[in-house]
Amino acid sequence: MIKLKINGHDRTFDGDPDMPLLWYLRDEIDMTGTKFGCGVGLCGACTVHRNGEAIRSCSTTMKDVAGKSITTIEGLSTDGSHPLQKAWMQANVPQCGYCQTGQIMQAAALLKKNHHPSDKEIDDAMAGNICRCGTYQRIRSAIKAAGKEMA
Amino acid sequence: MSIEVISEENLSRRRFLGGVFSAGAMVLAAEILPDSAWADTNEYHGKAASAALRPSIYLGLEPDGTVYIVTHRSEMGTGVRTTLPMVAADEMEADFGKVKIEQGIGDKNYGDQNTDGSKSIRGFFVAFRETGAAARLMLRQAAAAQWNVPVSECSAQMHVVTHTPSGRKLGYGELAAAAGKLPVPKPETLQLKTKNEWRFIGKDSKIADLADICTGKAVFGMDVKRPGMLYASVERPPVMGGSVQSFDDKEALKVKGVKQTASIDPFKPPYTFQPLGGVAVVADSTWAAFQGRKKLKVEWNNGANASHDSEAYKKELLETARKPGKVVRNIGDVDAAFGKGGKIVDAEYYVPLLAHATMEPPVALAEFRDGKVEAWVPTQNPQAVQDTVAGALGIKPEDVTCHVTLLGGGFGRKSKPDYVAEAAILSKKTGKPIKLVWSREDDLRFDYYHAVAGMYHKAALDDKGKTTAWLHRSVFPSISSMNDASSMYGFDVEYGMGLNDMPFDIPNHRAENGPAKAHVRIGWLRSVANIYHVFSGLSFADELAHAANRDPLEYQLELIGPGKIIDFKSQGVPAYWNYGESYDKFPFDTRRLRKVLEIAGEKSGWGKRKPGNGWGIGVAAARSFTSYVASVVEVEVDKNGKIRIPRTWQVADVGMVINPERVRSQFEGAAVMGASIALTGEISLSDGRVKQSNFHDYPVARMNQAPLQTDVHIVESEALPGGVGEPGVPPFVPAFANAVFAATGKRIRELPFSKHKLA
Repeated sequence: MIKLKINGHDRTFDGDPDMPLLWYLRDEIDMTGTKFGCGVGLCGACTVHRNGEAIRSCSTTMKDVAGKSITTIEGLSTDGSHPLQKAWMQANVPQCGYCQTGQIMQAAALLKKNHHPSDKEIDDAMAGNICRCGTYQRIRSAIKAAGKEMA
Repeated sequence: MSIEVISEENLSRRRFLGGVFSAGAMVLAAEILPDSAWADTNEYHGKAASAALRPSIYLGLEPDGTVYIVTHRSEMGTGVRTTLPMVAADEMEADFGKVKIEQGIGDKNYGDQNTDGSKSIRGFFVAFRETGAAARLMLRQAAAAQWNVPVSECSAQMHVVTHTPSGRKLGYGELAAAAGKLPVPKPETLQLKTKNEWRFIGKDSKIADLADICTGKAVFGMDVKRPGMLYASVERPPVMGGSVQSFDDKEALKVKGVKQTASIDPFKPPYTFQPLGGVAVVADSTWAAFQGRKKLKVEWNNGANASHDSEAYKKELLETARKPGKVVRNIGDVDAAFGKGGKIVDAEYYVPLLAHATMEPPVALAEFRDGKVEAWVPTQNPQAVQDTVAGALGIKPEDVTCHVTLLGGGFGRKSKPDYVAEAAILSKKTGKPIKLVWSREDDLRFDYYHAVAGMYHKAALDDKGKTTAWLHRSVFPSISSMNDASSMYGFDVEYGMGLNDMPFDIPNHRAENGPAKAHVRIGWLRSVANIYHVFSGLSFADELAHAANRDPLEYQLELIGPGKIIDFKSQGVPAYWNYGESYDKFPFDTRRLRKVLEIAGEKSGWGKRKPGNGWGIGVAAARSFTSYVASVVEVEVDKNGKIRIPRTWQVADVGMVINPERVRSQFEGAAVMGASIALTGEISLSDGRVKQSNFHDYPVARMNQAPLQTDVHIVESEALPGGVGEPGVPPFVPAFANAVFAATGKRIRELPFSKHKLA
């Protein structure tokens, strides 16, 4: 039996401990804000936080999150009021929108440590998150705007 | 709520035509569709079939004042789900806060729903304006009748009709029932708003799904669930046209959560939208289905394409391009012109196969019950879903209900519903609702690929450096192989994307198409044949500028020549495709092409800095999807050959603009997709098998490789709305390659750039 916290709530899991967290979130507890993109940690669509750090839930197994605290997009804020979500909406970042929850979670982990990231620091933090629609320049500006608000 | 478990209740609510309106509602059924959209609609809605006027429903007003507007086109990131309703609401003088957007199911009565070809606004701007204008007039007529005053004394603004002389007011909701009893006015009697009366059209607007996307609540195809649903993953023949010889599922069935396996028949040639066939593993979670699939042991019959090899095929295409082909456009006499001497320049160009790689891989949920199918799909083409599923199961298209979810990217992939047929076949076989999930590996290995192309260009320059003759040959496996297994040549659609419509005013010009056979499924990808034709054509134009020792931007303007409307009929192109549009309404006007180039020059400060030493700037312009776009790309290439794109400019004349904000976002995104195509895009095969499998070997542009900044400039235009989603891609790629040449002196004639040493 694996115990973990998801968005502050205690959860238990007694299935395959090698199953990635992504499929637990999506298929078992219906939290579909976290997306499947590549399955091997190459695209970032599945990004969530484990004890505050950004991880790829598609390649993090349930046994790797035992006893840990997970935050998903659904837990970043309940109403879209996180500074990044507000900045995302202000800058009209999304096109198709599929990768954006992963982008926001990745950016949230960056801004926790650094409210004023440089372009290089943003590149380094965000290069693992693919957006096929090509919203990168708006992602960059939204991160900067949210950082200012958080500072 | 994080997920939409679709209940029977909201299912019937989603059957918009019957379910959503109460008895007192005003439902606008207007004769507003373009004639072409009326084809083949007889068999679907039985009750409408006998009517002299066939009703089509885009808009309805409830007595509570809520306006329901149907978007029958698919949302894959362009914003169309918001934009078309904006158009109708504007003409209706509706309060957009009272508008509820309903996604249309697959239904021929909506007209064309195939959301590609950059034609949603082009095709439906007028229809949605007329829908709104008809509603506004009927509301005014209803108010006038109630007050017993002339209609001309009643004006409609923001959900209220006012009797101007007396100041009496009635809300739209209050008028709905009475207005609904009036006859629908004929389109030609409608008074459309003038441009200065528009409230929403032409203004920046946010998309309806913005907050849901940013909070993870937006429902994509990947997110839909049904009670009792099982998950499936399919092992497909590794070689196109192959089939299952035998399979052993003993180990697969031992995986916890795996329920059963089932085979899917291979397609009957031509491949069309049929599934590829294979063996499916059905399980109680996506993970279990994936795990079970790894344990399958399958023996394949590989068929005729088992020896296909991309390197050998490339040689074949380029050799073919050296030989005369089918002439698809002819001006003057290139051979005679070449015979006269002058400076001869020639070059081969090559673009490999490309995959769509939508962030959401293909996925479909299908439920077969009582001889009918209900499907929830991220699809660009819900009517093709109906037809394809019907064909696969031997049922009628009208017995397939296709609900359209949000699409996690489309780019043309999701207009081919092979994946929906797979889900439907498995639902029928298992008796359960099936969610069929493609892995990224499946997506890259079993795509309908953007065609590989080999091209040959040859030109003659006179002693003043003027191009006097240009031969353009193109060889590629055609999209027509989808419907014709013996296809060897392209067709009008592919020719009309940069082969028989090169915009240059040259006295001797011939375009030819040589034969090639398809060995993989070929499909259309954002901007289609423009990708290879415009890349090679506009790179070669840059080569000619350098051969003539001229500025590339100036030289492109000289090649275009004095602005005019191109007369294709006199140039051996009797039936120029013109993106399916009438030439009278959407002529190829090179004045507009010149203008975007000139503005691109001004905006980018063209010519102010001398290129070289690792810095360069490149330019290219093209018309596609009836829009005119110039791209300028600035590059830095470091000592290791690493490329950065500090800045790009996209100057676009797309005709009238509905939502400038979404137009800018499309052109920003097109620059990034162009960067992916140029830098790293390549699918290749050996032994008939695709070598790439995921984003490590099919890289796409990441934030640190994409342009740091793209400035989009929209040219003011009164022309009819043109395409927006695709036209930003074609000129970007050659502009980028031309910039690399300016920076390094290295001419890239074969994509992707990653094949070349630039250091």
